[in-house]
Amino acid sequence: MVVYGVFSILPFDPAALTCGQKCTPQVIEANRIKLGFDKPLWEQYWLFLSGIFLGRTYGAGSAEFSCPAPSFGYSFNENMCVTDMLKEALPVTINLAIGAFIIWIIVGVGLGLLAAKFRGRYPDTLSSVFVLLGTSLPTFVTGLFLLIYVSIKWKIVPLSLEGYKSLFDDPLGYFRYFILGWITLAIAYAAFYTRFTRATVLETLGEDYIRTARAKGLTERVVLLKHTMRAVLAPITTSAGLDIAGLIGGAIITESILNLAGLGRMTIQAVYEFDLSVVVATTMLAATVVITMNLIVDIAYGYLDPRVRMK
Amino acid sequence: MKNLLEIKDLKVTFPTDDGFVHAVDGVSISVAPGETVAIVGESGSGKTVTSLSVIGLHNRRVTQISGSIIVNDKNESLDIVSAPLDKIRSYRGRVVSMIFQDPMSSLHPYYRIGSQLAEAYLVHNPGQKEAANKKAVEMLELVGIPEPQVRAKEYPHQFSGGMRQRVMIAMALMNDPAVLIADEPTTALDVTVQAQILQLLKDLQKKLNMGILLITHDLGVVAQVADRVSVMYAGRIVEQGNVDDIFYSPHAPYTLGLLKSVPRIGAKSSERLKAIPGQPPSLINLPTGCAFAPRCEYISLAPSGSCESLKPELLGSNSEHKSRCHVPEDKRDKTFAAEIKGARA
Repeated sequence: MVVYGVFSILPFDPAALTCGQKCTPQVIEANRIKLGFDKPLWEQYWLFLSGIFLGRTYGAGSAEFSCPAPSFGYSFNENMCVTDMLKEALPVTINLAIGAFIIWIIVGVGLGLLAAKFRGRYPDTLSSVFVLLGTSLPTFVTGLFLLIYVSIKWKIVPLSLEGYKSLFDDPLGYFRYFILGWITLAIAYAAFYTRFTRATVLETLGEDYIRTARAKGLTERVVLLKHTMRAVLAPITTSAGLDIAGLIGGAIITESILNLAGLGRMTIQAVYEFDLSVVVATTMLAATVVITMNLIVDIAYGYLDPRVRMK
Repeated sequence: MKNLLEIKDLKVTFPTDDGFVHAVDGVSISVAPGETVAIVGESGSGKTVTSLSVIGLHNRRVTQISGSIIVNDKNESLDIVSAPLDKIRSYRGRVVSMIFQDPMSSLHPYYRIGSQLAEAYLVHNPGQKEAANKKAVEMLELVGIPEPQVRAKEYPHQFSGGMRQRVMIAMALMNDPAVLIADEPTTALDVTVQAQILQLLKDLQKKLNMGILLITHDLGVVAQVADRVSVMYAGRIVEQGNVDDIFYSPHAPYTLGLLKSVPRIGAKSSERLKAIPGQPPSLINLPTGCAFAPRCEYISLAPSGSCESLKPELLGSNSEHKSRCHVPEDKRDKTFAAEIKGARA
């Protein structure tokens, strides 16, 4: 609703943006009525809301077209229902987020564990170099670097020009399409997770129950990988859930640089083109994902931590 | 009978930012089957470091340790100081077990009580899952947890402090160890619960004929359960003897100071507690003479200058009751006995 409000008071005419340069006032007026911009704001909002559940029909007579429920509006720039645009962009973003997540969790938690185990020694120093680089290099630097060197100069991963491929149709094309994006995102997040894991593991290793575990005669391996990891799991899950939610909202920079047709790129384009309905839709989607992920994390916490488990 | 635990001339030093801490400096203690030996001392006197090194839980990377800690089991024995970690690990929880000060934080919050207990058994009897679970329930029953079958499936946060300490004891006894180290087992508990836990330890000791090394700063606890007592001050034992000797005829000025600082029922309300003046010395720069000298009231009785310049030896006319003091023993006997009498009158 806030997004809707902000875009409504902006000093431009949404209807005027619906046609190109050779616009006559008549066409603008016709489009205004077609898209409902002639109605008062509250009614527009109501139409938008009811469209989500009921679908929405624009225009009348032979020019009539409709976006079936759930409809988030119609994008004149793309000449498509926003829902269809989302349907195309969402899988890209989700695949990007999940692939990156798998890499960063393995790398981040692994390095964090190593750093904690060999605290103050070689692996710890190396991992802190990685953390420093990963946190200080923005994604538009790592992304461009990967694109220029790995793809263009060294030709290790060929440039992916064919667009998004599903994993099941074309596994190789799928990996080719995503791999740079995954690595770009994973580097940034893995750095944070390395630091986070190292800190939590070290904190946990100082706990009394870890001393108890050692006093039982357990090996250092079991103490670290079972007792310590079990305690570290909950905070990492929380953090990971929220980070994934953030990424599904769209990794704007990474998607733009590596030309991945995901939500982030879609949103930023829509913002440039004042495509109100698209921006509203992606913002709402991002918000919904964050809220849902929060809920999922809370539920997962119940399983992970017996102290918050419901009776 | 052969001693279960034989600590000889144990020295433990570890580095800190300010210098080397001489936490334990030449401690010798032995524990026989069925016997409870208490180590008494204030915070920082080295008693916990002593107990941790018995189970090899000191920080092995930085700690310098010398002397010997011989653990004798039925037909095997091991010197914890020189043994490799693998060997020590096979002793932990099987021959020597330990219970800790704070039962609230000593149990893993995410695992069920039963599985934590079973794990202690499985470490030393791999693969015997069913036996482990059975033993877990048995032990819970033994330490007086009602409905052990049900409680074994619960988590630590569903237990009270006293119950958790019972669980800790059950866990420590899963493999019928020869020696149990109890590091301030009742400090974090209510007084009534304290008494129950001590009674439980005593009963179990009788049943299992194990030796207990009890670490505490609470003289009341010592009086209740200990057979022999070692009083520690600044990393050294200042007095060692039977519990009666320590309480009725203390030979070290520090022991006397401790006894006088305990509140008594029936004391006149005008009577104030006699705290030992001053602070314990830093373990980094120990004084050249007796570590207690700066706080000692009886320096005048000793040959002049000896307290400041010479470390007293652990001596005694009776080999069962030794103390460190430069004041001649007969002089101490008289003065201290009078003080104790005065304090008890």
